[in-house]
Amino acid sequence: MPEANYSVVVENLGKRFGGFVAVDGLNLKIPKGEVFGFLGPNGAGKSTTIRMLCGLLKPSTGRASVAGFDVGREPEAVRQNIGYMSQKFSLYNDLKVIENLRLFAGLYSVPSQLLRQRIDWALEMSNLRGQENLITGTLPGGWKQRLALGCAVLHKPPILFLDEPTSGVDPISRRQFWDLIHHMAEAGVTVFVTTHYMEEAEYCNRLALIFRGTMVALGTPSELKRDSMKGELLLVECDPLGPAVEMLQSAPGVLDAAVFGNALHLVVQDSAAAAPQIHAYLSERKVSLRKIERIRPTLEDVFVSVTTVRGGAAEVNS
Amino acid sequence: MNFNRLAAVARKEIIQILRDSRSLAIVVLMPVTLMLLFGYGVNLDLKGLPVYVLDRDGSQQSQDLLKHFQASSYFHIARVVNDYPTIARALDDGSAKMAIVIPWNFSQRLSEGGPVEVQALVDATDDNTANVLIGYTQAVVQGYSSEVQTTWLNQRGQQIQPAPVGVQTRTWYNEDLESSAFIIPGVLALVMSVIGAFLTSLTIAREWERGTMEQLISTPVSAMEIMLGKLAPYFVLGMFDVVLCAVIAIYWFHVPFRGSFVTLLISSAMFLVVVLSLGFFISVLAKNQFAASQIALLITFLPAFLLSGFLFAIEQMPIVLQWITRILPARYYVSVLKKIFLKGTATAMLSADLIPLAVFAFVLTLLATRAFHKRLT
Repeated sequence: MPEANYSVVVENLGKRFGGFVAVDGLNLKIPKGEVFGFLGPNGAGKSTTIRMLCGLLKPSTGRASVAGFDVGREPEAVRQNIGYMSQKFSLYNDLKVIENLRLFAGLYSVPSQLLRQRIDWALEMSNLRGQENLITGTLPGGWKQRLALGCAVLHKPPILFLDEPTSGVDPISRRQFWDLIHHMAEAGVTVFVTTHYMEEAEYCNRLALIFRGTMVALGTPSELKRDSMKGELLLVECDPLGPAVEMLQSAPGVLDAAVFGNALHLVVQDSAAAAPQIHAYLSERKVSLRKIERIRPTLEDVFVSVTTVRGGAAEVNS
Repeated sequence: MNFNRLAAVARKEIIQILRDSRSLAIVVLMPVTLMLLFGYGVNLDLKGLPVYVLDRDGSQQSQDLLKHFQASSYFHIARVVNDYPTIARALDDGSAKMAIVIPWNFSQRLSEGGPVEVQALVDATDDNTANVLIGYTQAVVQGYSSEVQTTWLNQRGQQIQPAPVGVQTRTWYNEDLESSAFIIPGVLALVMSVIGAFLTSLTIAREWERGTMEQLISTPVSAMEIMLGKLAPYFVLGMFDVVLCAVIAIYWFHVPFRGSFVTLLISSAMFLVVVLSLGFFISVLAKNQFAASQIALLITFLPAFLLSGFLFAIEQMPIVLQWITRILPARYYVSVLKKIFLKGTATAMLSADLIPLAVFAFVLTLLATRAFHKRLT
């Protein structure tokens, strides 16, 4: 595909703060209209990347272009073509809903003949019609996030950058928010969204897993689940669970063991060969095994797998 | 520069100011409070100072002398006492600033043709007040003395010879020698410093602190548009306060206003640009409301208060401090204010003050725009 068909092109992008490397050698190409998820634990470099792409931070190495403009050299042109929602809610809490919308319409130079229509549209989209005169600070979290999205799209940008848009929002509001994101994408808007919620990652067309500043996996959610696991996954139901997980972590042939709800997930090289071995291993140690079967990995399994291989477990919220 | 974006920022700022009762209170109440405080509270004139008297003579003559003290508005005879210890206590606890002791042989020595001495015990904790008291006391005693002399000469049928040299004083600019006329014009510099530097340093640091700056700079609005949009409302408020202070000074405190009102507005506008830019610059660097406001007060309000010539004459400062005052914009503004109010100096003759003010305004604006980048660090 020619570069013009991509909304975001990132080549060897890196950022260091003093001696700390926040983002290291990132390469990405995001086609137009894609919902692209950036998944990783807190501090992995997600916000730093998104800020560089919005022209808010100068890259230390490499380059990135957004909507065809270089983020380092033409940040103003980039800003005209993007909508950005920062991680922390950052509209003006002491302004009314309508005043925040008018402010951002002004900042994005929405032509006056379109102003009313765009603001109506944003209110409609964010489901805030009738709440125009509420003080923004008094809105519930989910409403605030929808308003922030409304403010970020008043100028109908072709690309949206959303930095953890749903953190601290209740599950129903989160779901509604993702519906909004998909509506945008259907209209041709490219959406670059960071999250540390695994189930949200499933809503993305494509995902990059980022860990300690580097990208550890890239693909569609199903590709990642199919290809990125180092080994196969076994579900083990046994009793007692606590001691069993510790034993299995050092059992032969087991690459990793973790508690998932009331069962264990084991990563093994070959599930067919490993299952009987584990059966024997556990019964020797007086752990009663109720069930052992091969399962399809979730994104969380994939994430734990790719980050454990790189040493040190990542903290993952589910 | 896009006017719509600038206007959007300014409109937002105005709404925020109007909705924040604290900043409105600062804008309206602070100038009035400072004016009243300095108009009434800081009075460098010495009047009605409490004086204790120990009259050991108790004669007609000693009473005459005390009447002279009483007639002077500088003294107030608070008590007549009978012993030294009471005087010592009164000076100790501050109920008397001075005590006059008339010796037992006062009238006797006078009738013998003098000379006789009256003792004045002065609380010299505040050297300035003490000096003034001593001066006034000498004047009163001299007045009495020459009256006595005249009476003697008259009794002997001689005419008094007028003193060969006399002084005729005419006080210019502040004819009534009111210290409030000297102080009040300079209060404008204090008000401007607070409005300009203090309030603006808060408003920009607040945006960094709350994270709203990140959202703001992610839009196409330029650094210049943010700066002008944010400062414009404060400029208007500052000019409002200039007029408010001038009205209070002229119509409430009856400070003479002899210069050009237009020059007052122009020089105030220049000083406002200086302090607004400073406030903006500080908050860009501090990015934290508390630090920004402290620094703003430290580098604008304090120098305006202490080193601008507002209360303390620059010519009397140590030479090094005098040099330092040259880099303080407030010094030039205070100087212009005093000249416009009291002297009515023609605008053309104010160039020694107006040119440095203009240079400061230009340099600081440049500094502020250079310091503010639309980047996170």
